[in-house]
Amino acid sequence: MASLLHPLPMSFDRIKEKLAILADAAKYDVSCSSSGNKRSNTGKGIGNTTAMGICHSYTEDGRCVSLLKILLTNHCIYDCAYCVTRKSNDIQRAAFKVEEVVRLTINFYRRNYIEGLFLSSGIFKNADYTMERLIAVAKKLRLEENFNGYIHLKSIPGASDELMREAGLYADRLSVNIEIPTVSGLQLLAPDKKHEDFIKPMRKVHQEIVQYKSERKLIKSTPKYAPAGQSTQMIIGATGESDRDILYSASYYYKKFGMRRVYYSGYIPITTDHRLPAIGSEVPILRENRLYQTDWLLRFYGFSVQEIFNASHLNLDLDIDPKLGWALRNMHEFPIDINSADKRMLARVPGIGMQSVHKIIQARKFRRLDWSHLKAIGIALNRAQYFIICNSKDFYKQDLTPITIKNRILQKANSKYAKHFNQQLSLFT
Amino acid sequence: MTHTLLVYDGSFDGFLCAVFMVYEQKMNAPSIQKQQDFHQQLFATTETVITETHKAQRVWEGIRSKTSRAELRTLFRSFLSEIKGIENTLLYYIQTVLRPKHTITGIDYSHTHTLRMHQIAKMVSREKHRMEAFVRFQRTKDGIYAATITPDFNVLPLIIGHFKDRYADQKWMIYDLKRDYGIYYDLDTVSTITIPDFTQIMPSSYATQETDFQKLWSTYYQHVNISERKNKRLHMQHIPKRYWKYLTEKKIL
Repeated sequence: MASLLHPLPMSFDRIKEKLAILADAAKYDVSCSSSGNKRSNTGKGIGNTTAMGICHSYTEDGRCVSLLKILLTNHCIYDCAYCVTRKSNDIQRAAFKVEEVVRLTINFYRRNYIEGLFLSSGIFKNADYTMERLIAVAKKLRLEENFNGYIHLKSIPGASDELMREAGLYADRLSVNIEIPTVSGLQLLAPDKKHEDFIKPMRKVHQEIVQYKSERKLIKSTPKYAPAGQSTQMIIGATGESDRDILYSASYYYKKFGMRRVYYSGYIPITTDHRLPAIGSEVPILRENRLYQTDWLLRFYGFSVQEIFNASHLNLDLDIDPKLGWALRNMHEFPIDINSADKRMLARVPGIGMQSVHKIIQARKFRRLDWSHLKAIGIALNRAQYFIICNSKDFYKQDLTPITIKNRILQKANSKYAKHFNQQLSLFT
Repeated sequence: MTHTLLVYDGSFDGFLCAVFMVYEQKMNAPSIQKQQDFHQQLFATTETVITETHKAQRVWEGIRSKTSRAELRTLFRSFLSEIKGIENTLLYYIQTVLRPKHTITGIDYSHTHTLRMHQIAKMVSREKHRMEAFVRFQRTKDGIYAATITPDFNVLPLIIGHFKDRYADQKWMIYDLKRDYGIYYDLDTVSTITIPDFTQIMPSSYATQETDFQKLWSTYYQHVNISERKNKRLHMQHIPKRYWKYLTEKKIL
């Protein structure tokens, strides 16, 4: 409890002001993940991280609050059009001291408010100077406070290899936000930043992760390097990219840099800059949701990005989920028999998630499954019924066209997003 | 033939002893009920179960030899739900597992009772996870981090390990007001405690800086929200109103 006995009294009012400013400035970073690594509490210190991660609260926008997510400072030398912290923006500026961030983290953690710290920063002086400060906080938490909770540090674009190497020894996760999915978009909105500056720390961290992992196989005592991996974020709807551009770009980062996650963040208009959507434009939340669904199809359901898009299909359907969209374009693959299909095909049926796939595979060892079993297991039959057969004589005849199936499903569905696509739907009915 | 009703003390051992009796006396389709839920029934023979550890142990060993560790955990978790009739679901499940021809080949999700047991265990696991997330400690004058909860299910036994590992260097206590017992960690071991008038004692004994930190947390919570993305429905889905009473950030300070 060393931090509570700190000699200097903390001015709560001043801290509160800074916290308000620097939390506000950090909130557009979507990632709040605290999962993907199991770090146990060593030597009776404070904290651990669980493989599952924990969301300690949720904001009114429905997002998880898992970490104390703040900027060290919102002073910044750059002027990126999409960023609220840009140099030319007339906002209040503040900066935390290293010690203040450490005390906040520890005191929040002890009260079970958070899983750990997500520290980012505006860039002051230069990239290395900023990165050094971030590392100083993580180092103090780990070495002086014996803190074993989660730490996510932002990799500052342009930071040196040596600093990135050190950062990974204290942080669970490192991330650089690519923000703009295409090089041309970046040139338009952030003329003083180079694409290469984003890629450089990413590449370095990836190399270190690979190297430390292989060394650990030989020497058990090799320290862990960024055990929860890297992530990145892209802004959706700020420049004119198609969903195909975005997801091709995402799968590039997944493959090339072994990303744990790519986050998609619907652009929230914060500026009157003519290059960007006007203030008051709606945040593309539904589009963002469809991108995440597709991201899951790529990572967990065995789909490749080439299957989801083609030359005539550049954007995801907004009114139906991407798996249903894929199935309707590939009716020749269906129906499949629930009692004999392999795992890969079960996972491709609209309305069947991975949990249900597991349950079906277990249950069919005991008996042939019929509609009532599938219903009890929890499959969304309203969608799945058109694509499967089971131990029953009644199933949907295959003379239904994809458009008929789609309309039947939509008529029965009660989507929370209905208001976004009611008009499109009426074209078909 | 009349229906047999087995009444037990509500403990897990007691339940296992009821199962023991079912086998010992070759009972046909009896029901098992907690003493506290017991109502005298017409046309039923009532028998009281005596809890004996060695009998409970034998039943547990028997189940253990016939199923996986994960399944044992599921069984125990669903018992902690305290849902009415869970004992009968579990009895059917145990009878299925103990059949001579039963082997560990998979989980029969197409069997009503097995599926129900798994679904209830899932509900309990969710509640356990919520308690790990929503417990809010307040520091007392004597340096104990204390929290109260009123979980839907009896999850205190399930969260001990998590809190003990995480907060190894601070004294903490989590008190279940609904079931009137708590768990307390004294920097060494976790023990079960009962404190009369818990809610009256606590508020007067918080440390001086406690409300300052609570205010900082509330400030953070307000400022991390993006109002342009407001989604009340999703918000409520994640933190249903019944949990708000624990949450510092949901109180007006």
